[in-house]
Amino acid sequence: MLEYTDKIREIAARLLKEGTVEMVIGFRKGTVPMMNEPCFVTDAGDVDRLIWDGNCGVNLANYLMDRKEKIGIVAKGCDARNIVTHIVENKIDRDQLFIIGVPCTGMIDRRKVAAAVDGEILEVSEDGHNVSVRGQGFEKVLNRQEVLQQNCSLCIHRNPVISDELVAEEVPEQQGVDRYADVRRIEAMDPEEKWNFFDDLLSECIRCYACRNACPLCYCPTCFVDESRPQWVGKSQDPIDVRTFHFLRAYHCAGRCTDCGACERACPVGINMRVFTKKLEKDCLEKFGWEAGLTTDARPPLDTFRPDDPDDFIK
Amino acid sequence: MKVILIEKAQWEAGVEKARDSYRLFGPVSQGPFHQFRPLAAGQLPDLDYSNTRMSAKELVYPQSEKMFDYTLDKSQPDHHLLKEPQKDYSPRAVLGIRPCDADAFGLVQRNFDTPDYKDPYWIRAREAITLVGYACSAPCSTCFCTSAGSGPFSESGLDVLLVADGDNFLARVITERGEKFMAAAGWDAAAGDDADARIEALRAEAESRIASHIETDNLRSQDTLSLHGAAFWEEVSFACINCGTCTYLCPTCWCFDIQDENRGKQGMRIRNWDSCMFPLFTLHGSGHNPRGKKVQRVRQRFMHKLKYYVDKYEDGIQCVGCGRCVQHCPVNIDIRRVCELMNSYGPSQDACAVAS
Ligand code: SF4
Ligand code: SF4
Ligand code: SF4
Ligand code: SF4
Repeated sequence: MLEYTDKIREIAARLLKEGTVEMVIGFRKGTVPMMNEPCFVTDAGDVDRLIWDGNCGVNLANYLMDRKEKIGIVAKGCDARNIVTHIVENKIDRDQLFIIGVPCTGMIDRRKVAAAVDGEILEVSEDGHNVSVRGQGFEKVLNRQEVLQQNCSLCIHRNPVISDELVAEEVPEQQGVDRYADVRRIEAMDPEEKWNFFDDLLSECIRCYACRNACPLCYCPTCFVDESRPQWVGKSQDPIDVRTFHFLRAYHCAGRCTDCGACERACPVGINMRVFTKKLEKDCLEKFGWEAGLTTDARPPLDTFRPDDPDDFIK
Repeated sequence: MKVILIEKAQWEAGVEKARDSYRLFGPVSQGPFHQFRPLAAGQLPDLDYSNTRMSAKELVYPQSEKMFDYTLDKSQPDHHLLKEPQKDYSPRAVLGIRPCDADAFGLVQRNFDTPDYKDPYWIRAREAITLVGYACSAPCSTCFCTSAGSGPFSESGLDVLLVADGDNFLARVITERGEKFMAAAGWDAAAGDDADARIEALRAEAESRIASHIETDNLRSQDTLSLHGAAFWEEVSFACINCGTCTYLCPTCWCFDIQDENRGKQGMRIRNWDSCMFPLFTLHGSGHNPRGKKVQRVRQRFMHKLKYYVDKYEDGIQCVGCGRCVQHCPVNIDIRRVCELMNSYGPSQDACAVAS
């Protein structure tokens, strides 16, 4: 990852010095293990703050919203797809951006790493194959592939689909990945099992909305859960309202979600709400042959009408 | 203060005995983390934990709490009248609460129990609860309690402090409520004369293990308006996604929102936790929002905890250093770092703050 960091700094310094962009959005090293903080740099002298490693799972496309500057943005595969989605949805202009593309080898799941050791983790380092963990009185080396975020281990678009400059050669895309085994497992449940599964899945939810807010797709000026005239959803911990929030949020992401995993990663109580968006992603793929954020030339299936739509009800 | 010796072998029997007089709550493993839950008959608190994911504040101040019931049905004689629902304020005890969480009740009390305003819900629930604390012998790397006015053996807010010592617990009985609890559990073996010295030694050892510290000495003397106008807020707030994680997990955050919810003609008034990080928090009926921008909301959280509170109560910061927000903020906004910026702020450094 060191080469990536050096290259990101070099490009950022050049862009800022030449005035190509006014700010570069990237990551700086976090204050706790396996957490980096999104940051911006406006002065070429400060680019040493920028870093890259397997803890850059926050989706930086989220930070482009409503910005007026010329921006250089560090983007891994999924970030680039969400940038495409922003461009398609007119949230940002392509010309406003200089995309520093990062061919990605997957982001580390800090919960998996924590579960693999006994005791508090004090330091984590990585090379291409291993993640080394050190804590009070223990050291352990883990296989990097085995502690990736689930969405990363299933990712088939690791190389940015859109970029102005890559920080390294493209990485090989993963082949023969079964992306939807978990969704099929839920689809196969009978209604009661499904009900119990969702009930259990959401039982710890505290409605902090970190999942919604970490997502670049959620940019409505007032979210439906916050709307008060009329008020669509109750605000208490009533399970009906908690479910309403989750199901509707997922539907708002249909055909737009890139399975970047930023939502799941943000949750303070470890809920895998990605199963909802993945089901919709699977449906979009199977019914419309659609994957979000691969091209700026087409609009997502749920916001277009095609005269040759196979369904009768829409004609 | 009296110190009682509880052999760990007697722990279970005592807990079961206390159950006759108290509803019991304690840390329970929820897989990757612990949460406070009611302890079912035969269930012991799981004391092998560092800190629960949610703080203990919800035991007194639940995330959603019904305040009133009412009916809109005009055929009913009591229609459109708010009626207090039945609530169970019978004695309850929390076993194994960490000292920082117990300490936090004292901070939150400043909001709910003042000379002018008495919040009946919080006060009644607080009065009903006995806190049996469990001293931290192995604090986390993100704990900075000792520089936030608390500590791994802090007794403030607690009725009993349990200290693990080999095969025993040394139980320091702090209040009358604590005495009652110990009697109900049937623990009455006085610890030896050296018990206090032993606890002091363990305390010193635990405190020396706290690796994280903050400086708060200048906060009081900082000029409020210049701190408010400091250039560093843009940079501090950049990554924030304005979620509820930091405020909901925090044992000292107290803000709430009141909602009426109707179903058909029946309704209830509920109060729910709210968060200064949410755009709706300060939205006026007119549509104007005095804190319409993220930077204003982030600044509010830190200014409240580390400046307004400090000035208003003259008794330290509104934070006990539990480290939850540090560990679980999804974008790594670290209150220790922000506190450092605020504490060391001087208008002369403004230029550096902009550049850095
Ligand atoms: S819903 Fe989750 S996985 Fe999908 S784009 Fe949003 S943050 Fe990423
Ligand atoms: S981040 Fe987790 S706890 Fe917060 S609203 Fe989403 S699912 Fe619920
Ligand atoms: S500081 Fe972190 S936890 Fe708090 S609102 Fe911002 S992103 Fe959420
Ligand atoms: S501000 Fe953070 S560290 Fe302080 S008490 Fe609240 S959650 Fe704990």
